[in-house]
Amino acid sequence: MSIEVRNIHKKFGAFKALDNVSLKVEHGELLALLGPSGSGKTSLLRIVAGLDFHDSGQVLFSGQDAREQKVKDRGVGFVFQHYALFRHMTVFDNIAFGLRVQPPHLRPSEQAVRAKVMELLKLIQLEWVVDRFPWQLSGGQRQRIALARALAVKPRVLLLDEPFGSLDAQVRKELRMWLRRFHDEAHITTLFVTHDQEEALEVADRIVVMNQGRIEQVGTPEDVYHNPANAFVLNFLGNVNFFHCRLAEGKAIIGETELEVPGLSVDQPKIAKLYVRPNQFKLSRGPGKGSSLKAIVEYLNPAGTLVKATLKTETGERIHVEITQEEYRQLKLVKLMPVFVSLKDVSYSEYVQTAG
Amino acid sequence: MQTDFVKKSILPGFTLSLGFTIFYLSLIVLIPLSMLFIKTSTLTFVQFWEVITAPRTLAAYGLSFGTAFAAACVNAVFGSIIAWVLVRYTFPGKRIVDALVDFPLALPTAVAGITLTELYAPTGWVGHFLQSVGIKGAFTPFGITVALTFIGLPFVVRTVQPVLEDLDPQIEEAAASLGADRWQTVRLIILPVIFPALLTGVTLAFARAIGEYGSVIFIAGNMPMKTEIAPLLIMTKLEQYDYAGATAIAIGMLLISFALLATANYFQWLTSKNLGKT
Ligand SMILES: Nc1ncnc2c1ncn2[C@@H]1O[C@H](COP(=O)(O)OP(=O)(O)O)[C@@H](O)[C@H]1O
Ligand SMILES: [Mg+2]
Repeated sequence: MSIEVRNIHKKFGAFKALDNVSLKVEHGELLALLGPSGSGKTSLLRIVAGLDFHDSGQVLFSGQDAREQKVKDRGVGFVFQHYALFRHMTVFDNIAFGLRVQPPHLRPSEQAVRAKVMELLKLIQLEWVVDRFPWQLSGGQRQRIALARALAVKPRVLLLDEPFGSLDAQVRKELRMWLRRFHDEAHITTLFVTHDQEEALEVADRIVVMNQGRIEQVGTPEDVYHNPANAFVLNFLGNVNFFHCRLAEGKAIIGETELEVPGLSVDQPKIAKLYVRPNQFKLSRGPGKGSSLKAIVEYLNPAGTLVKATLKTETGERIHVEITQEEYRQLKLVKLMPVFVSLKDVSYSEYVQTAG
Repeated sequence: MQTDFVKKSILPGFTLSLGFTIFYLSLIVLIPLSMLFIKTSTLTFVQFWEVITAPRTLAAYGLSFGTAFAAACVNAVFGSIIAWVLVRYTFPGKRIVDALVDFPLALPTAVAGITLTELYAPTGWVGHFLQSVGIKGAFTPFGITVALTFIGLPFVVRTVQPVLEDLDPQIEEAAASLGADRWQTVRLIILPVIFPALLTGVTLAFARAIGEYGSVIFIAGNMPMKTEIAPLLIMTKLEQYDYAGATAIAIGMLLISFALLATANYFQWLTSKNLGKT
């Protein structure tokens, strides 16, 4: 089933939580709603689920207006950030709940319920906790139970509100890969809320970037990462350095220094903000043939796949840089060592503010 | 010296506070209670048995426990609803309603008794209306139940309220998203969670109602065998200087109450042990 929202507005008092939001989740798609805390993601998800009401606009399920449909009739599986498990019920009863509250003529037999619950427990690889109570489980286990509970009623869409938000990093990574695999098998239309860009980039078919109740950009992970629509998206999807500069003839003039900017063509000089990702710098021990910024290594963290360094330029600006372990060894980088920074001929982003 | 009995704890003052607790309980509860038994022991067991199985005593017991139970049941329903409304909704005057809940505790019981009698007497506002539909308000077990409901209400509301406040509204939303209707949500999700607290509140209201005197004697009518509550019977015996008889009836009440409270506590434990902490 596809979900479409059209021109949704939602206010809490005078505060605009959602400001003219429109988006479409295609049938069988895994869409991530990504945005900082307070950007309106939960509000939007709750409106889609029917747990909250919008002030104006439309919610369409497979093209049909859902305004008249109550929560319980929408066929949505909702997974809450803090699980919202029924603490007085065992894992079994939690998962069976949705089946047991169905109207008598649709309700499966106890035997069928048991079979279904066991099937779901197998799917989430937690068969052995069937008789436990939620408070006897870890966070990751609880979240998987919450997912199984939502899946028991065969929802037409799955809505997940920061499902892995309160778990530790390791469990989080495992669960997000599990979710991706599950989605690839079940193809259930899924709307997934997160404030973690890495999670969204890794899991989603498409990403919707939200900010202050508005949608900033919609696109594939590759798209939003490499072709951000604006500075906010760029910033939110990963660390980025920015420089105020003057662009002219393929060069960026930052303070006194001229930096070569590969692939840049400007027909007339412009004042610009230049955004550079940490991996788009090239470091060298000497000034080299082109022009470069002189800086010293202020901070260095070689523990990781990439080596992270913070450089301080002569004008006191800080640049965050990531280089490969190999480069790091070749450069023999140490703290307080002077280095020369230039821009690599790889993809970059720049935003012209004013012409001049 | 360290015994196994006192577990090592980083919390200070365990021995002191335990000692204080025992001393205080003895002073306030145990010594008066033991006086009751000492006074009664001037009777032989046969005499004691005769006093507490006399038809008039049995009728008083029946009335006291019956009306207290009925009142507790009424409070279980309406107390829960009031607690629910106070927790889940905001409306103008909510704080006043919230304060009003404690009113029956603060009001001198005699004042409550007189006011209720006025209201429920055949000439009173409510009594007049009740009479027109064929119910006698004051001077009947019904009137007694009304008075006991009045004084028991705060106990139920105040014990259920904090539990409802703790209950995450998302739990209910989860139930709804799984297809449960309102009634299923209340019955299967909310009630089991608030049940232990509700039981505690109802037990407190019940216990209070059994011993209630001031607010009941005016509305009861006090006809022996019909509307004479056990505490009044005790008073009557005392006025006739029959101290042993009075304490015998009191002990009878005490034993029944104790058995009932123990049962309630058992169920409270049974229903709360699976609730966990999160
Ligand atoms: N029930 C509410 N009453 C008032 N303000 C709310 C309510 N729910 C959310 N908000 C506000 O709306 C904004 C968006 O909230 P939310 O949708 O929860 O954001 P997100 O999930 O992206 O963190 C926040 O600023 C929040 O304070
Ligand atoms: Mg949120």
